[in-house]
Amino acid sequence: MDFKTFLHAGSNRRAMLKGMGVAAVGFSLTGALAGCGEKEAAKLANGEEAKLNFYNWDTYIGETTLEDYKDKAGVDVNMTLFASNDELFAKLRAGNPGYDVIVPSNDFVERMAAADMLVELDKAQVPNFKNVAPDYQDVPYDPARKYSMPYTWLALGIGYRKSKVKSVPDSWKVLFDSDAYKGRIAVLSEAGDMFRLYGKYMGKSVNGLTDADIKMIEAMMIKQKPNIKSFHEDNGQDLLLKGEVDLVLEYNGDIAQIMAEDSDIGFVIPKEGSQLNSDNLCIPKGAPHPKNAHAFINYLLDAEAGKKITETILYPTPNDAAKALMPDDYKNNQVIFPPAAVLAKCEYAKFNPELQPKYEEAFTRVRAA
Amino acid sequence: MSGPLQDWKSQRKPFAAVASAPVFWLALFFIAPMAIVWLYSFGQNAGPADIDISGTLDNYKRATEWLYLSIFLKSLAVAALTTLICLIIGFPVAMAITFAAPKWRPWLLLGIMLPFWTNLLIRTYALMALMGTNGYMNKGLGGLWEGASWLRTLVGMQPLEAWTPVQLLYNNFAVVLGLVYVHLPFMVLPLYSALDRLDKSLIEASLDLGAGHFKTFMQVVVPLAAPGIVAGVMITLIPALGAYLTPDLMGGTDSQMIANVIERQFKRANDWPFGAALSFLLIYAMFILIALQSMRSNKVKELR
Repeated sequence: MDFKTFLHAGSNRRAMLKGMGVAAVGFSLTGALAGCGEKEAAKLANGEEAKLNFYNWDTYIGETTLEDYKDKAGVDVNMTLFASNDELFAKLRAGNPGYDVIVPSNDFVERMAAADMLVELDKAQVPNFKNVAPDYQDVPYDPARKYSMPYTWLALGIGYRKSKVKSVPDSWKVLFDSDAYKGRIAVLSEAGDMFRLYGKYMGKSVNGLTDADIKMIEAMMIKQKPNIKSFHEDNGQDLLLKGEVDLVLEYNGDIAQIMAEDSDIGFVIPKEGSQLNSDNLCIPKGAPHPKNAHAFINYLLDAEAGKKITETILYPTPNDAAKALMPDDYKNNQVIFPPAAVLAKCEYAKFNPELQPKYEEAFTRVRAA
Repeated sequence: MSGPLQDWKSQRKPFAAVASAPVFWLALFFIAPMAIVWLYSFGQNAGPADIDISGTLDNYKRATEWLYLSIFLKSLAVAALTTLICLIIGFPVAMAITFAAPKWRPWLLLGIMLPFWTNLLIRTYALMALMGTNGYMNKGLGGLWEGASWLRTLVGMQPLEAWTPVQLLYNNFAVVLGLVYVHLPFMVLPLYSALDRLDKSLIEASLDLGAGHFKTFMQVVVPLAAPGIVAGVMITLIPALGAYLTPDLMGGTDSQMIANVIERQFKRANDWPFGAALSFLLIYAMFILIALQSMRSNKVKELR
């Protein structure tokens, strides 16, 4: 079977769909990639063929970014999508099936680095690293940015419907420890995030929970459960927008997107502080086009390219040069860029292989209770 | 070839030729991956991406703790309730199709199978749009309520209180409803194939000999349709027991089923060995169900 016809039929949409069908019935990406012609593919100056396989989240790139890059560098970027870090990790844990650039979150950068799954980045090939805000040039989850470049960052907080709350819900108490909004609350179904944020509510570090804390938090969660409507799968913004709930635990970027559609929606990072997340560009070990991958990461960190991406996805950008090009209503948006005093109380969650199964089991108990 | 292909013992070569492709397929794509997962269930994590198969039974010990057993039992109860409702709804539907005019039958069957043309996820989201707080069901009910309120004012009575939406989604009711909606065709089709073969003169004889409609149904139709009922129950119960999408999307805070727990072990918890042990407990349970059923049908054959 000639995969080339599927994958490189240019603008022929039906052939594209057929190609996707082939992928869906389980042909591995490697098979598909091995099939595409080594003979005709133009070699670039760096000695690699003009191709790149980009594994990204859905709706997480500028509308024209990939085409712009093709015009600029002549490299065909083949983007496939994943829906969660777990999916990304599961795909790569048995060996890289052919991806060049991936976008793991901070704790998965740590996890994959610990599992020796990432290539050390050659900073000389990524000069646009200078565009990155100083806060993101050196981060606890990847000291000195050995394996990753920042793409976006996020903070968890409370999205709410302004007309349905008595006052701004600026404490985790309204979600975690109160029946004031009984049946109108949705929180995350991710056990780790939930336990860490409860820890934050109790004045602890997100990375400093002990077994006794987990036990206590579990009891608090069981007590609060009747007041919760749903443990959502990171689709809290939809629940809030549709009016299913009035308060939701979500990321600021997700709420910023629906605030553009509905002016009755607000967002606040609780005064106790919160948890930060960051998505990062990495090159997995075994990437077939490592030089193209460096060049592509460099392009994504470019000011103009970064601006176009940010315009589409509306997430906070760690790229200062791109941010400078953005309009004031983005730069000064307190949801997208929370005040420094609030951010000072936020932390990144560390990858912790011992605690994660404990969080999961405790959360299973909460759900079964 | 000599003689018709009726017994593999006397026709080994042609049967081997026909069977080798599916056997190879099964071995490569079913038995081999399942064997790997089975081996994982006796292992433990030795790093973020490594599993050390040490022969430990700890995963099974943990999987049979009360916490997980209770979730198993709850899933079984939800699946059994789903199957029962499917049977109660599906039997009249299958009877109706059987007794419909022959020219209608293909269209009715198509109607049953039509939902399969749409992806489960999309059907579930459609159901969610229907059942949400501001969904069409609540809008329809709200409209009726307001109509009733208006009628009351017409006859000079106090209007009703303002309509408060009914909580249809995010609870166990929604999970059972979603599962019934998804699994109903699985029940109707085997029932239809059993009822279709039923000799209708037996029903007439029963009625002629003085049995009422209900008695005829219980003592003639149901026993003759028993193989279809058993098949329908099995192929509804087993997938319903392993459902995870419906409880995830439509369930409330206490609607987790065993498949959700298994999914989390493979994903978020990154504890494949434990997830493998839970999966295999589920598979063993299904094996037992199927074995019981085949023992039962053997017994029925011996009695005849």
